[in-house]
Amino acid sequence: MSATRTISVTVNGKAYEREVEVRVTLADFLRQELGLTGTHLGCEHGVCGACTIQLNGRSARSCLTLAVQADGQEIKTVEGVAPSADELHPLQEALSEHHGLQCGFCTPGILLTLLEFLDDNPDPSEADIRLAISGNLCRCTGYQGIVDAALAAAERLRGGAAK
Amino acid sequence: MNMTMTVIGKPMLRLEDPRLLRGEARFIDDIKLANMAEAAFVRSPNGHALIKGIDASAALALPGVMAVLTLDDLRPHLSGEHLVVGLPSEAYKQDRNRPALCRDEAVYVGEPVAVVVAENRYIAEDAVDLVAVDYDILPAASDCRAALAEGAPPVHRDGADNLLAEFDMEYGDVDAAFAGAAHVFGESFWQHRGGGHSIECRGMVADYDKPTDKLVLWNSTQMAHSSLRVLVEMLGRDENRVRVVTPDIGGGFGPKLVIYQEEVVVSIASIVLGRPVKWIEDRREHFMTSTQERDQYWEVEIAVDDAGGIRGIRGSIVHDHGAYTARGINLPQNSGETLPGPYVVPAYRMNVRLALTNKVPVTPVRGAGHPQACFAMERMLDRVARELGLDRAEVRRRNLIPAESMPYTKPLKSRSGAPIVLDSGDFPASQQAALDKADWSGFGARQQAALEDGRYIGIGVANFVKGTGRGPFEEVTVRIGASGRVQVYTGAAAIGQGTETMLAQIVAEELGGEVANITVTTGDTARNSLGIGTSNSRVTVVAGSSAHAAARKVRDKALLVASHLLELPVEELEIVGAEIRAKGADERRKNVWIALADVANAVAGTPGYALPGGVEPGLEATERLLFDAMPYVNGTAVAEVEVDPHTGGVEILSYKMTHDCGRMINPMIVHGQVIGGAAHGIGNALFEWMQYDAMAQPLTTNYADYLLVTATELPRIEVVHTETPSPLNDLGVKGVGECGVIPAAAVLASAIEDALTPFGVRIARAPITPPDILALIRAA
Repeated sequence: MSATRTISVTVNGKAYEREVEVRVTLADFLRQELGLTGTHLGCEHGVCGACTIQLNGRSARSCLTLAVQADGQEIKTVEGVAPSADELHPLQEALSEHHGLQCGFCTPGILLTLLEFLDDNPDPSEADIRLAISGNLCRCTGYQGIVDAALAAAERLRGGAAK
Repeated sequence: MNMTMTVIGKPMLRLEDPRLLRGEARFIDDIKLANMAEAAFVRSPNGHALIKGIDASAALALPGVMAVLTLDDLRPHLSGEHLVVGLPSEAYKQDRNRPALCRDEAVYVGEPVAVVVAENRYIAEDAVDLVAVDYDILPAASDCRAALAEGAPPVHRDGADNLLAEFDMEYGDVDAAFAGAAHVFGESFWQHRGGGHSIECRGMVADYDKPTDKLVLWNSTQMAHSSLRVLVEMLGRDENRVRVVTPDIGGGFGPKLVIYQEEVVVSIASIVLGRPVKWIEDRREHFMTSTQERDQYWEVEIAVDDAGGIRGIRGSIVHDHGAYTARGINLPQNSGETLPGPYVVPAYRMNVRLALTNKVPVTPVRGAGHPQACFAMERMLDRVARELGLDRAEVRRRNLIPAESMPYTKPLKSRSGAPIVLDSGDFPASQQAALDKADWSGFGARQQAALEDGRYIGIGVANFVKGTGRGPFEEVTVRIGASGRVQVYTGAAAIGQGTETMLAQIVAEELGGEVANITVTTGDTARNSLGIGTSNSRVTVVAGSSAHAAARKVRDKALLVASHLLELPVEELEIVGAEIRAKGADERRKNVWIALADVANAVAGTPGYALPGGVEPGLEATERLLFDAMPYVNGTAVAEVEVDPHTGGVEILSYKMTHDCGRMINPMIVHGQVIGGAAHGIGNALFEWMQYDAMAQPLTTNYADYLLVTATELPRIEVVHTETPSPLNDLGVKGVGECGVIPAAAVLASAIEDALTPFGVRIARAPITPPDILALIRAA
């Protein structure tokens, strides 16, 4: 029950080596072992998407992933999204400007989901964005501010208008 | 009200956002204290059962388990075994308060029986499975109508029946109104709403420090001061030995206004073990143990004249209360009180019965009984229109309270005993604006064209009002200290509605105009001696008004002290940012200024020196402005849908609202609240259904079985705001948090029914799911 393994992961560019119980989820490992509490748990059964991180550049549910499965892999969490301590990523800025967050609990998962999506789809339609975040539950916003933010961020990332 | 506002009314970016966007916010589960243990609860798997015995020996033998506590173990630390939290009412026929843990009877699935504390949550959950509880299963009452029937199994084995409370609301000569009416139409409705489903579940960290005998409860609650009161009463502790603090809160939506057993149990666990104890609700527990809204069954009749004018309404409601009183009779009281809503209803009588059931208690979820009232009223008006061959909007127009009748008194009493007075607003204009925006008059042609293409589209309309800003008060302290920054403290918790930004805008308007110079602390009982909390779309009205008044007092004092220090009259001074300056562009005066920090220090006192100008010490003010009457928000929703008669699927083609919540402190935030509320209401209308079987076993305890609305099911929601200032407070504000929810089920039922006109389908329920629609089409 408490078998352990040693794993090495790179999280937001920083390398970690830790001994973990094999049953510990990646979400709990990030939050409790590494202290990266920006990744949130909303349902722990893979539906709400709050715990979404990127594993080797692909979005993944950290509540349904075991920490040992991430051995040797690259992880990005919400703490690694902003370019610096006093700058936000354009998607983060857009979420604030378009009121795409209220309580903010689902926001980290939304960010990591949309960052992957915008990498693959630099010029998305509103319907594309709605589909992309259909695996993320938000109880506050009705998603509209999130969709508007994603459209604005996409434009900004393409080098279009500033706002 | 100062009409040259520079901060209030601006769509400023929220102060909360940067920390939330960076993952740097601190939610309850992010708190990790040294030596902290974690708890998991042993919960009843039965809707109703006797508990014959609890054997924790195997659990206690598991390495890493520190304690398994039952009610017997809590007793030495309890001065009362039950959480007594019900709002007062004469309508109660039974007192049904929750014990901290089950004694010898469990009355709903999920009721806590024992708590396990262990080194971590993994071990605690292992140990929960090892606690053997010997249950004798008893018959359970599941359906609230059946629970009130003769011979129904009692929800509590010592109960004679399951009638928790009954009351009537009445005004006018109802019988005469019906006796002389040209038409009387009767309807039966089943209305269901689900749980709160904040994406962050409940949770808490209790930190008992033995050397100082102090207990701090970090708590993801909407009501820090209520939590404190319950802890003081149940643990027999002094107020200065308990503190409840709210961290960042990942949504509330109602269920977090309730004080729960876990708050008491986790606190005692920390006291017993002498170390911090954390408990975080998991999602399955949220479905089983966080309070919900559930079922209401309505029988209603409406009496109208030949022109569709309402003469009277009468009926009855059976309301599923759950197994205990966790809040009060307020939910069906809201429903009954609100039914006449924005309309002139000369005579009205409603009988309300609250049924105990073997389910988790029912308490308000965003909207709190109002969506059900709106649904019942609007469904009846659609019926009137159909029977009399009138346009649905026209029937409403004929019955809406005219603008010139404002303020309009309804001869009903609110729970404070004060009459219900709709304070302001123009309801007919609101409806007309929504109709115009949705091209209501052009819809007939659109519908005909669609039908020719084999498509079934429909349009619906619904009006609503919502009492907001429930009193009596919310305390706000505004203080400037040595930092020169303005500190704002309120007992109300911030649960995602931009409370920090809203209060900062109100305070900044009076104190320097710079929101960045304001710091807001919410929901900490060590910071405010009194507090009510966050509920009932109340914080902007009650806390906002107190903040406004307190900021004015601080402003006046700061200017007075500065006038002594600068030797200039008060009228020649102004606060700009964190400084007080001489007004005017005069060159000589450019250097005449003093920092707010220096003013604060001057009145903070220096040993042996007098205060300037003989003022009272301190640059601060605390206000608790009292409110009784409630400002009423009004609005209209118009929705267009397409229904697929082969699948029962509903697509919302457009969703438009008008909304008047008085003066908007931050229009961006208000807009977001209305849209978010509308989405919540649309989810209630089409998807959310908390199902139980006949033994009161919950059947939908994950997000695959219980559906929350996602981005792909929602249309772009369009909202037109008007601002009719409320005369009830200086800011002219009304609340906003719950309002978007209210007309959703009503307007979608209207639209779906309209789309299915060729089939003659009648919608008398919510949620309206695809299987329901198919069944209705088949039956029609």
